[in-house]
Amino acid sequence: MQNDKKEINFRWPVIGRILLKALVLFAIANLLLAAVSPLPALESISAYNHLFPGRKRFPFGEDPAAAYNFSLYSFEAMFASHRVAAGPKPTDEFRVLIVGDSSTWGTLLRPEESLTGQLDTADLHMPDGRRLAFYNLGYPTLSLFKDLMVLERAMAYQPDVIVWLVTLDSFPVEKQLVSPIVANNAAEAQALIDSYQLQFDGNQDALVIPGFWQRTLIGQRRALADLARLQLYGVMWAATGIDQVYPSDYPSAQRDLEADASFYNYQPPTLAPASLAMDVLTAGMQAVGDVPVLLVNEPILVSSGENSDVRYNFYYPRWAYDQYRQLLAEQAGDAGWQYLDAWDLVPEDEFTNSAIHRTPAGEALLKQAVIEELTSLMDIEE
Amino acid sequence: MGLTQVLIFAVAALLLRLVGRGVRRGWLLLAASAFAIYWLQPGMPIRYLDFWLPTATLGLAALSWAVMTPPEVCRKRENWLAGGVLAGVALAVAATRYVGMGNLFMATRPPQFGQAAIGIALVLLLVVLIARFLPRRDGLLTAVSMLVLTLFVVIKMPALAQLAAGGLRALGGQEASRALATDIRWLGFSYVAFRLIHTLRDRLNGRLPAVSLRDYMVYALFFPAFTAGPIDRLPRFQKNLEQPLTADGLTLDLGAGGQRLAVGLFKKFVMADSLSLIALNATNAAQVHQGRWAYLMLVAYSFLIYFDFSGYTDIAIGLGRMMGFRLPENFNRPYLKPNLAQFWNNWHMTLTQWFRAYFFNPLTRSLRRNRNLPAWAVIFITQLSTMVIIGMWHGITFNFLLWGVWHGLGMFVQNRWSAWFKGHSAWLDVQPWRKKLWELLGMVLTFHFVALGWLFFALPTPDLSWRMFRLLLGL
Repeated sequence: MQNDKKEINFRWPVIGRILLKALVLFAIANLLLAAVSPLPALESISAYNHLFPGRKRFPFGEDPAAAYNFSLYSFEAMFASHRVAAGPKPTDEFRVLIVGDSSTWGTLLRPEESLTGQLDTADLHMPDGRRLAFYNLGYPTLSLFKDLMVLERAMAYQPDVIVWLVTLDSFPVEKQLVSPIVANNAAEAQALIDSYQLQFDGNQDALVIPGFWQRTLIGQRRALADLARLQLYGVMWAATGIDQVYPSDYPSAQRDLEADASFYNYQPPTLAPASLAMDVLTAGMQAVGDVPVLLVNEPILVSSGENSDVRYNFYYPRWAYDQYRQLLAEQAGDAGWQYLDAWDLVPEDEFTNSAIHRTPAGEALLKQAVIEELTSLMDIEE
Repeated sequence: MGLTQVLIFAVAALLLRLVGRGVRRGWLLLAASAFAIYWLQPGMPIRYLDFWLPTATLGLAALSWAVMTPPEVCRKRENWLAGGVLAGVALAVAATRYVGMGNLFMATRPPQFGQAAIGIALVLLLVVLIARFLPRRDGLLTAVSMLVLTLFVVIKMPALAQLAAGGLRALGGQEASRALATDIRWLGFSYVAFRLIHTLRDRLNGRLPAVSLRDYMVYALFFPAFTAGPIDRLPRFQKNLEQPLTADGLTLDLGAGGQRLAVGLFKKFVMADSLSLIALNATNAAQVHQGRWAYLMLVAYSFLIYFDFSGYTDIAIGLGRMMGFRLPENFNRPYLKPNLAQFWNNWHMTLTQWFRAYFFNPLTRSLRRNRNLPAWAVIFITQLSTMVIIGMWHGITFNFLLWGVWHGLGMFVQNRWSAWFKGHSAWLDVQPWRKKLWELLGMVLTFHFVALGWLFFALPTPDLSWRMFRLLLGL
């Protein structure tokens, strides 16, 4: 291709000048990026909802080549790629945002099979004719603090109701800040901690405060590459509608359990309330202001296998889970929150590869319970 | 070649240029290229095959040299030394097993030293026996050409490759029934085969003088062009090899080579790797459900294959230039050409030149001798068969055959159209814009014809290709 081009007369001074210019330009680009920090602004610009349809759930995944999806650390980019950011809320829409962990996101489920997908296709309406539009804002990380970060941002999308699904494993204080999505959004996390006066003892060390080098072009190369990759995968999302790998076979959730009564470092008989991040839950409720919230203790697999008298499932010993339910119900009652305890709503057979991941039939059961609960919050027409 | 490998090659090229002057140059290039073919060879499920395949490449190239070189030339001390260097490299690679560096030059641990030494000695003995005692006859050159072609067919035909993998597994004490066609990945063999056949044929036709073993092996194994070409010709390559390197040329070569390398790195590791995320492949072809997205994926694939391949060519040319070699060009804006013939004159140019020289032209001459065949039939047969063989060079599968037929028919139709249009194109010359618009239309049409052809090339089965055709054409 270059054969018909006139060749540069490379001599040492010419090579030296080229190298020097390249070095200077590279240094300027690094310094500029560190000084201006344009990444958040860049990340909020997206080809989704413009060139490609918005994603039905947040970007997440570990096999990008097969799933056309992957995990990144930027909430800006995640929201910008979501269909919730498609434009101003239509006047005929009653917007319901659903927040939670991987079971809400829909591990092993197609978007339409997830709780959100099933609720959205139920074609529910308000008495004034507005259609209930459900948006899946679940993200596969068990941390209430992550949910709080999602809720804070989600308020910009004018929700009319929020459904917040939680489980005991999202509550331990030591788990709140360690997930990569939280740890890599340190400034925002710190602002929330200060704003809601949350207490994490020494756990704030998990937050990665970016230094000078992390703010340069070199330091932000992964974030920039992720942003470009996310846009490119928009083509495949639009072309195939696939956003996760659906294996034909996978290891089922464990039914036969160890005779181990511990829950993380906690031992029976008492689950200290201070070990659970109830203050983060409260902060989440404060963050949404006047928007009604339906808090759901999500269904778990109640095993009937070996040692099921000690544990409900792989995650939860009975003693800890029972006390958690009681604490959560008391907290909801005291605070006047709309609360649905759906812990044993789904039969054992309707779980897939974990004690909280449900089959489409399991999601249908939960959908019905959520609709009933929402109906008691407002007049919904099915 | 990954990015790390390319950068290591760049450093090696720089060092070779700086220290490899005069008589040292050829020897250093010989050793570096021999080491490189072991280093580049990917690991395989068949035990020690990643050692034996590069060794076989060395052996096959040495054998080709031996049969085309007169015994009196073979006996020269320099050639014994070159044989010694090659055997030394192979033994040094095998010896890394014992110094805790088993993965330094190879993907997996080399075989036991004794086993490797016996294998290398046998190869050496065979070459020496042929070089010293076998009379040089044309039949011998043809026999080695046929051997190269046979090996080529075996590794390119899935059924035969699987059979061979089973045999090799059994030989190494592994379960033969678990053999797969993909077990044998003989890196660089496709290109080495072209170089060997070119030299054997030209020697047979008396067009190639005898060369030293060192120069021949450096040509056949030249590490920048080993995996993806371009396919150089020995006389041209040797000119560069013998050309004394001057201090004046150093900066020019390093500058121009570095510039070309940078272009290649950008094409391959930025453009092609990004396009690979959205380009058509066997998996997503079955998943896509709308014609417009299928079209975008096909266009992405068309540019992916261009950037990937021309990027590697730029890397090879750049590395070669850094060492004072001017490798031939392989691509010249092929997607901007107004017709299919011009596309093929500018796409993988060294491959098409090779086929023109060793297949198309001889076949055309031979068919023209038969006066019963009309001109159009000669064109039809030669173009179709050439493109089919080019297709099969990529792999002996039904889809590559269809890809060859697609281009063969395309070339024929375009040839006939051009012949007819010559007498009817006066209206184009009336105003320059007409000609430009006509060329633009031709370019768009050619690009889309080539892109549709990639449906056979990129996808493994006719069913999948047909599915994409239907989707794209809204059938």
